[in-house]
Amino acid sequence: MHVPPPMAYFLQQLVNGLVLGSIYGLIAIGYTMVYGIVGMINFAHGEIYMLGAFLALIAFVALSAIGLSSVPLTLVIVLVVAVTFTAAWGWTVERVAYRPLRNSPRLAPLISAIGVSIFLQNFVQLTQGARSKAIQPVLRGGVTLYGGGDGGFAVTISWLQIFIVVFTTVLMIGFTLLIARTSLGRAQRACSQDLKMASLLGIDVDKTISTTFVIGAALAAVAGMLVTLYYGVIDFFIGFLAGIKAFTAAVLGGIGSLPGAMLGGLLIGLIEAFWSGYAAAEYKDVAVYGILVLVLTVRPQGLLGRPMIEKV
Amino acid sequence: MLRTPLREALLRPLRDGALAGFVALVLCLPIVGLPTSETANGLILRPRIPEAIAFAVAVFLGRFALGVAEAGRPRPVALIALLVAIAAPFIRFAPEFSAALAIGGLFVALRASLLAFPTLAGRITGGVKIPPVAIKRAPLVILALLVVLPLTPVIDRRLLDIAILVLTYVMLGWGLNITVGLAGLLDLGYVAFFAIGAYAYALLSISAGLSFWGALPIAGLCAAVAGLVVGGPILRLRGDYFAIVTLGFGEITRLIAINWSSLTSGSQGIAQIPRISFFGVADFTATPDAGRHAFHELFGISFDPSHRQIFIFYVILALALAVNAFIARSRKLPLGRAWEALREDEIAAQSLGLNLQRIRLSAYAIAASWGGLAGAFFAVRQGFISPESFSFLESAVILAIVVLGGVGSQLGVVLAAIVMIGVPELVRQLAEYRMLAFGVAMVAIMVWRPSGLISRREPSIRLGAAP
Repeated sequence: MHVPPPMAYFLQQLVNGLVLGSIYGLIAIGYTMVYGIVGMINFAHGEIYMLGAFLALIAFVALSAIGLSSVPLTLVIVLVVAVTFTAAWGWTVERVAYRPLRNSPRLAPLISAIGVSIFLQNFVQLTQGARSKAIQPVLRGGVTLYGGGDGGFAVTISWLQIFIVVFTTVLMIGFTLLIARTSLGRAQRACSQDLKMASLLGIDVDKTISTTFVIGAALAAVAGMLVTLYYGVIDFFIGFLAGIKAFTAAVLGGIGSLPGAMLGGLLIGLIEAFWSGYAAAEYKDVAVYGILVLVLTVRPQGLLGRPMIEKV
Repeated sequence: MLRTPLREALLRPLRDGALAGFVALVLCLPIVGLPTSETANGLILRPRIPEAIAFAVAVFLGRFALGVAEAGRPRPVALIALLVAIAAPFIRFAPEFSAALAIGGLFVALRASLLAFPTLAGRITGGVKIPPVAIKRAPLVILALLVVLPLTPVIDRRLLDIAILVLTYVMLGWGLNITVGLAGLLDLGYVAFFAIGAYAYALLSISAGLSFWGALPIAGLCAAVAGLVVGGPILRLRGDYFAIVTLGFGEITRLIAINWSSLTSGSQGIAQIPRISFFGVADFTATPDAGRHAFHELFGISFDPSHRQIFIFYVILALALAVNAFIARSRKLPLGRAWEALREDEIAAQSLGLNLQRIRLSAYAIAASWGGLAGAFFAVRQGFISPESFSFLESAVILAIVVLGGVGSQLGVVLAAIVMIGVPELVRQLAEYRMLAFGVAMVAIMVWRPSGLISRREPSIRLGAAP
């Protein structure tokens, strides 16, 4: 079989974009859930993801220090550590910085969230150092879909990329079931429709909101761990850009809509990969912001969101 | 305030404190206790478990102290917290722990003294009625002090520098207050206009040889045009969406400044921007170029390098006052009233015939032009600009000043700029922890005073006689 080089190049960008998009999708869910229920942009969510990446990194280094060589076991332990501690951070941030502001002027929670974001960035910079951290790859090798041969372009998928896409897909399915089938999911859906009514009907609103932040943080922690694995390099500043992109993804898909967040994440990942592959890579972030502006002006409710009707 | 019995006043805070300390221990154990450090063979862990525990203890103490203060015993708590904050730098355990104690102690002391002296707190924060005469006179007194400030011997170069910095932020805060406070639009990308003004002046002065005074209006105009172009399509958006789009615009501006190297020389920035002149008449140099005058010769005084700085101080003071005068005036004009009407109720205002798009655009573009003027000032003062100075953090800081001061309050902006910009500059010992404390302050002020430091605002017009 001969694949023409442009086609092969396209396939490779597609693979890269899907991997990147899965990670954005995971972070975007945190934004969309919180916005759907509390109606605030959780500006610190990107920093929660960054914490997840750092916690995963610490776990990796600790495990390699005690000489654990089994890759699956390493991954499981790192995942548990990163998710547990990041979720604790997510819970604390909500409890300390957002809950007291639930009935305040609209701007207050946003400013508080920006404050948390500045705090967390500097906290990690001070405690873990400002330089970027690199780890050895944990999962090596991959499958070569198309070898290239006589001057062609080789298309490869690493095991890590497969792992990321499969793992994210499994998480998304599980998460969709959680929202659709469990009583917690029902409570969350009720809260996103009408907070006051939900509390009148006996739903513990505080607990539901706390759980929402914990779940969002846990998913962000998974994204952080995957990024640590994928790029192998992290620093204290990665949360800002990833946060903005994930938020763009949530808006693109329709904020408040969970399938929308996943779809938006994939689209942003693909756009970024293809833009880097075919256009000026240094303007890839400009492209993402441009899309954000475009989507919001042309279709503010996003791809899968419902238009908001303002009542007098 | 209700005073509970001592036993009760200590028990509950003790429990809350223990819980907070436990949570802090869980949170800090990996991040603080297990820092990674780079070696030749990759990363290794250098455990600092005692530090993590110390952090948790500090959090326990802080939460406990706050609890006791809230249970009706704020005065002793304020005193002890202040003493701890002062003693903290002398604790030879770990610099981070000392900083945590110092910053935490200050915040606890602040909170407790707010609780302890409600009248004083009210006087600062507007919780208690201020005599109208005081309100009327206060700005005049502050202004008079500011005008004579550079001429007094107390002020040295460093203090004047800080004053200029604070005034720059006051000007930016007032400018942004037009969008956020008057028009009720949340702008997260105000720094873009600041950047456009700065680059406009830098490029005009270097390539076209324009002086600061010639370039200043053009810089303002550039920013206003950018505001019109950007604002046009996005002003229909609802609050939060508008905020995020403006954030995107701010970042796009910065990224263009980084990547369009042929124009902006990229992330290296533009250096050697021409210095300010005395209204184009004279330069602030000891030996002026041929055909130019020197400031000290013009006035027949001896040369002093601080002349330029003092002049710059008066320039920013005048610029800031111009913004303030503009706002005070516009609130009495139909345009300003239309801004406020749209802020209060979009639909009602529109049904009364106000053109939402056009009125909001005017607020956005006017605020942008003030931002541009501030940017030009920034460029001439620094003599060097680079995209680094125009990150999202700057937008966040300016917005924080507006919101922390109390949205729409002019005096609040001044107060917040002093607290958020001036105080950290003065306390050099905590330089490393400046932004950390900044983040904490943003959360703390919002949680304790959600409507900002000065939340009372005089209505622009009142029907009938004032009560």
